[in-house]
Amino acid sequence: MDQHHIRNFSIIAHIDHGKSTLADRILELTHAVSSRDMRAQVLDTMELERERGITIKAQAVRVLWKGHQLNLIDTPGHVDFTYEVSRSLQACEGAVLVVDAAQGIEAQTLANAYLALENDLEIVPVVNKIDLPQADPEGAAAQLAELLGIEPEQVLRISAKTGEGVEAVLDAVIERVPGPAGNPTAPARALIFDSSYDQYRGVVAFVRVVDGTFSTREPLRAMALGTRLEAQELGFFSPTLRPADILSAGEVGYVMTGLKDVSELRVGDTITSERAPAAEPLPGYKEVKPMVFAGLFPTDSDDYPDLRDALDRLKLNDAALFYEPETSNALGFGFRCGFLGLLHMEIVRERLEREFDLDLLVTAPTVAYRVQTRTGDWVEVHNPAEMPREVEVVEEPYIKASIIVPKEFVGAVMELNNERRGRFDHLEYLSEDRVHLTYELPLAEIVLDYYDQLKSRTRGYASFDYDLAGFRPGELVRVDVLVGGEPVDALSLVVHKDFAYGRGKALVERLRAEIPRQMFDVAIQAAIGARIIARETVKARRKDVLAKCYGGDITRKRKLLEKQKAGKKRMKQVGAVEVPQEAFLAVLNLGDSQR
Amino acid sequence: MSVRHLYVHLPFCASRCGYCDFVTVVGRRGEHDRYVDALLAELELERALLAHDLETVFLGGGTPTFTNGDALGRLLEALPRADEVTVEANPETITPELAALLRHAGVTRVSLGAQSFSPRLLEVLERRAQPDDVRRAFYALRDAKFDNISLDLIYGIPGQSPSDLTRDLDAALALEPDHLSCYELEAKPGTRFTHTFGDELARQAEAMEDYFEQVVARLTGAGFRWYETANFCRPGGPAGAPDFRSRHNLAYWQGREYLGLGMGAVSTVGPRRWRNAPGLARYVAALAAGQRPPREVEPLDGDVRRRERVMLGLRLDEPLPLAGLEQALDRQALARLERLGLARSDASTLALTERGRFLGGGVTAELLA
Repeated sequence: MDQHHIRNFSIIAHIDHGKSTLADRILELTHAVSSRDMRAQVLDTMELERERGITIKAQAVRVLWKGHQLNLIDTPGHVDFTYEVSRSLQACEGAVLVVDAAQGIEAQTLANAYLALENDLEIVPVVNKIDLPQADPEGAAAQLAELLGIEPEQVLRISAKTGEGVEAVLDAVIERVPGPAGNPTAPARALIFDSSYDQYRGVVAFVRVVDGTFSTREPLRAMALGTRLEAQELGFFSPTLRPADILSAGEVGYVMTGLKDVSELRVGDTITSERAPAAEPLPGYKEVKPMVFAGLFPTDSDDYPDLRDALDRLKLNDAALFYEPETSNALGFGFRCGFLGLLHMEIVRERLEREFDLDLLVTAPTVAYRVQTRTGDWVEVHNPAEMPREVEVVEEPYIKASIIVPKEFVGAVMELNNERRGRFDHLEYLSEDRVHLTYELPLAEIVLDYYDQLKSRTRGYASFDYDLAGFRPGELVRVDVLVGGEPVDALSLVVHKDFAYGRGKALVERLRAEIPRQMFDVAIQAAIGARIIARETVKARRKDVLAKCYGGDITRKRKLLEKQKAGKKRMKQVGAVEVPQEAFLAVLNLGDSQR
Repeated sequence: MSVRHLYVHLPFCASRCGYCDFVTVVGRRGEHDRYVDALLAELELERALLAHDLETVFLGGGTPTFTNGDALGRLLEALPRADEVTVEANPETITPELAALLRHAGVTRVSLGAQSFSPRLLEVLERRAQPDDVRRAFYALRDAKFDNISLDLIYGIPGQSPSDLTRDLDAALALEPDHLSCYELEAKPGTRFTHTFGDELARQAEAMEDYFEQVVARLTGAGFRWYETANFCRPGGPAGAPDFRSRHNLAYWQGREYLGLGMGAVSTVGPRRWRNAPGLARYVAALAAGQRPPREVEPLDGDVRRRERVMLGLRLDEPLPLAGLEQALDRQALARLERLGLARSDASTLALTERGRFLGGGVTAELLA
């Protein structure tokens, strides 16, 4: 289609402000989905997405409206998936910014709006849920106008739930969002903004064509990696895959590459024609780096190969997932995995357990540290147990946290942030009673239970978003946990020196309660280097006998003993000490309740 | 054949004690004679298994001495002679007449179920005897010239305190028994007893290791030999035996073959173990028809027999001879346990240290390959 009649846009919103509902209404209105197939969250295909009511993967769909081709690229709303949002935005010229009429602007509203502005997108501001009794469309519109520097009248008021005002949104997209401005006759270039993996057809690239035209069966090349591929099929989403002969400048669609290895194609790369290649690739993406790390171990060590296969499979659809083999003396063979954030970690874990039927033990999440050793070399450490004991400097990642909260909770938020080594940055009133606070915080301080704390101390009113703000040196120490004198690598942690004693003490106390008494005294210690900072003892058992055993009892007693023996085999061995798996689980959950 | 140890089960009791999980039958006075007929019929069917000279016979129950006198006398008369003939007895059943009857019928040893010397705890256990019944029974047996009398005690009874246990041990020792068996109370889940005393049983379970230490310390302090996990004997020996250990039970712990007669009785002969079905009627009916009672048979392969030898042998204070048992043992575990001071071995034997014996179950589980 002629580029003047194409509009590429995203819907961006804070979580639960109605992004997916609006997308559903648009599909209905444009007859992209028959009412027979209509179900809530059409674009969310993953079981987990429907269940949690969130979008994890970006999706794209082409609809027709008043003689125009509209390509809607759905985006995830959560802070962990900002990289997905920003990739999608780069494929668009406009964004519909949705704000809940009852809630007003929230932290992710701001983050997403800034992202859209950075990408030079035309923003179509929309106040949603005007049908709610507690809705305040005027207030929300005023906040949006203030944020975007526009008049409140330019803000649309809709109810995605009832469909009221949704047509006006589509009209506004056509009127306000510019058409694509690529060159239809230049050598073909398309940006890969996402990819997925199909078991039968291999890697599917989601692309936005910028210049030229792509045709089926055409030999292609991914410019950064140099991968050669063929467009075995191309087409668009409606929202199911709809093959087409060509994809031309300005259009959004997919390319079946037939590639079997997802690493051969990188999101952010540019596809061009092999025969008439473009000279320059399109500006790519900033590569996302995982910042939160945890060890994933199968509960049953026999499942290790299954875990590896499952991670390989997940990685196909989740470029941000990082993993490498890890061996723990306490937990056996597993993987050290890197995630974008806690939700990402939780989702990966849930998908592994649910889609791949694995039982997992997940170690306490930690962050990436940059460490300068005594020899002057810098290394990145993803696992507290690998933190060198002799270090010059340890740097930890910081975030810039953006928190929006009713003014009566400002004190509570400040108190929490102070407990978490936060540094106050800025405070601004968004309206009479809503405050936008920015803080700098070590990422390590938010990975455990920050979000839960923030929510509970503000009675659920706070919204939160963050940006990574680089590495900074910190007074960090490595705390090891020793059981019977043997360090338990899976329980090592890196913590600010002021918190070392408290955390160490809590850990050993919890472990003491969880480790069953053995045939000898077991010392449980927390140590910084050679210095013991906390100690507990599991006293030896003094009796472990089968009371009586005569001629009639022998078989039963033998079976009891064999059961006892089998029970011992299920224990994890730390030196001479037998530790039940549950003990590790209990201690690894420590972060939730005790700091 | 060569089985030298015979167990005979007499299931009848006057009433059932709340904590008991043995194969018992309450009352049924009219059936004692028929049951004894069945026992003797089973004895005939299996006689070929027995050696000519038996070492031990053990009449267990139930309450063997509750069996009516004629039937019991007839049984004792018909059983083969043995060096040691033990009868289990409840104190309230022992009269001077019965003691004399037992003595004349060749019984050499009586095991008296005292359980406690506290009226309150005896009531909890639903025992019929009072403390003085135990004393009276004991002296009646002594008067009948029994020189080998054992007392059973139970500890960890709901409501029992450490000082109650001290008093029970003192009272038992004051009788100067030749042998003592001390058991922790094992309450089976789902029983009326467990239901009644649930919380208190949990509290007692916590205290059990204190009780066990207290029992061993008190009895060894009084000169008794802690020769098996739950069994103690005084120095010296009865007429014709080197010591006061229960020779019959020693046979189990040393892995000897034994024949068990009666409902619910277990036999282990060669590579087979069998258990007669526990029902009285079926047992009597089968034997009245000249047939063996219904049985559950368990084959015992070499591995199982070796494991059992280790499990049982390590209950004793004498070192376990290792010949033929090597493959049942985990050598690394043994080395570890030796380092921990729980076991000691030399080229041909294995024994647990005193602390190892307190942890015998766990140590054995660890030792088995």
